[in-house]
Amino acid sequence: MDTTTLGWWGVPLAILGGAIRVGTPLLWVSLGETVTEKAGRINLGLEGTLLMGAMSAYAVALLSGNPWLGILAAAAVGIVFGLLHGALCSLTRVNDTAMGIALMLAGSGLAFWLGKPLIQPSAPDLRSIDLGGWSSLPAVQQALAINPLFILGVALAFAVYWALGHTRVGLRLRVVGDSENAARAFGLSPSGYRIAATAFGGACAGVGGASLSLVYPGAWSEALSSGQGVMAVALVIFARWDPRRCILAGLLFGGASAISPALQAMGYTQGYYLFAALPYVLTLALLIGLGKPGPSHGAPGELSLNR
Amino acid sequence: MNTPAAAVFVEAPPTPPAERLRGLGDALLPAAAALLITVLLFSAAVALAGFNPLEVWGLILMGGFGDAFAWQNTLQRAAPLVLTGLAVALPAQAGRVIIGAEGALVLGGLAAAALGLPLSTQAPPAVVWPLMALAGMLTGGLWIGIVGWLREKREVNETIASLLMSFIAIALFNQMVETVLRDPASLNKPSTRPLPDNYLLPAMPGLDVHWGLGVGVVVAIVCWAVVKLTPLGLALRVAGGNPRTALGVGLPVAGLTIGACAAGGAAAGLAGAVEVAAVHGAANASLIAGYGYSGILIAFAARFSPLGVVPVAILVGGIAASGSLLQRRLGLPDASVTVLLGFAFVALIGCETLRNRKT
Repeated sequence: MDTTTLGWWGVPLAILGGAIRVGTPLLWVSLGETVTEKAGRINLGLEGTLLMGAMSAYAVALLSGNPWLGILAAAAVGIVFGLLHGALCSLTRVNDTAMGIALMLAGSGLAFWLGKPLIQPSAPDLRSIDLGGWSSLPAVQQALAINPLFILGVALAFAVYWALGHTRVGLRLRVVGDSENAARAFGLSPSGYRIAATAFGGACAGVGGASLSLVYPGAWSEALSSGQGVMAVALVIFARWDPRRCILAGLLFGGASAISPALQAMGYTQGYYLFAALPYVLTLALLIGLGKPGPSHGAPGELSLNR
Repeated sequence: MNTPAAAVFVEAPPTPPAERLRGLGDALLPAAAALLITVLLFSAAVALAGFNPLEVWGLILMGGFGDAFAWQNTLQRAAPLVLTGLAVALPAQAGRVIIGAEGALVLGGLAAAALGLPLSTQAPPAVVWPLMALAGMLTGGLWIGIVGWLREKREVNETIASLLMSFIAIALFNQMVETVLRDPASLNKPSTRPLPDNYLLPAMPGLDVHWGLGVGVVVAIVCWAVVKLTPLGLALRVAGGNPRTALGVGLPVAGLTIGACAAGGAAAGLAGAVEVAAVHGAANASLIAGYGYSGILIAFAARFSPLGVVPVAILVGGIAASGSLLQRRLGLPDASVTVLLGFAFVALIGCETLRNRKT
């Protein structure tokens, strides 16, 4: 990283670039989970879906030479995992939190197994959109090379916000998530909506995984995700179940994750691991500060998380 | 016990054998179905990957339970797994789902190593070991106790918080092992200074397995006795099953819940201390082996019974032990074992739907 011409100014720039890069998977996962939770279910297994998405995106991009096909594959795998969670949790006495933990284990195991041959070869990266062309400084150019999935995610966040608030499906989904009895009184099938919402959440988590493995510097490794899937679930609480705030949450926590590598690039290596723990500390501090979210915060009434 | 209620209970007609049989069937049906589904799913996965499922299952049985060496390997792994299973099962008695035992384990191991080394020049092993265990338990108990406290006082979801705390714990562990506590002689793999050889936990007589397994089993029995036989255990289960009733009858629900979480953390911390004292001799990255995550599956499969955790831990330990044989003989990646455990977990939770069906 060429930060020499900028001196310490390179750090905030690197953090900005990192916030967008690391924030992209967080944005996608939390966006999907927002929809799932709005329907009254919590899927803790998105960590596994994220890894499966990252692995399948990388494999398909490698075989086809087209990263966008990889992203489609990741979304498809995410839908399969979402449908599985959604359908199994619709059975009586099957707990969504426990099923999420189980799918987290199964998904990450499958991703590591199938991904074994993918550790060496390099798949084509997703081309970034260069917004830094006006500057002659490489560090600025690098920080402003925005990956297209971030832009897509931001657009989707606004689309989901609009759909939840202004469409028939959105309203029904929120009714299902707020009160199962009310939903039944309106003749809605809670299970159907929840399965669909969990499948949507899975698809988003899959795409989030694709952004982990395909955005520069793209690679597949078993250490690719370090709990981003779970952090994103916590970020939904921070975002108050508002899709637009998922963007802010993703950037904020992406930025926190980028501090440690940015300092390391500057040659400041003391406390590397402590800085690396920053996003988790921040997430936890946030959960503590917010306390129990109530209906006035947009918390869905049927969510087991809030009982 | 000569109250009228007790008298009525005694005079009640005994359960007819048919009824009792059905009750047993209800309890066994979900487990049997989960086992069948797991076997079918994993066989299909293995076959799709181009291996012979029969050969794979045979190797799993051999590698886990085939001979004395396999059993030694299995029981060696079961020792920490019993304790991490308890780390999930104990908070579950109070209705709390804790999934961050991994963090409590590594910090417990770190505390034990940090305390054990300076003490080893001052005191004999028989004094150092209990103190190391205590250090591990206190550290782990504090770590998960915080999670329980946050749940009671700030209504922070304990499942998410425990996992976040686990990541923080691992970061703290790495930082300490790579800086303050690092042994300058450990080049490629940062590690604390090793304990002297005579301070390593010996094998149990007649078994080639270290004392950690015995400690785990004794702790499991004690936990079972406390939960099932004492008023404290009853209070805990009432607090977990129906907090409103518990508050109504004046039970200290918050204290009980935080205590159960801390006890679970202490079990995980003890697992870390045992791994340091018996296997690794020092705290290093080998401690981060996923025992904490396997403990979640073990506790759920044992239906949170502190005693049931022991056989399930041995079973899971055996499957994990067979991983290296699968890799050596067939070239099957060791992640395949995680897949098997993951499938089993999904099947187990899904088959809960078969429990107590009214037909």
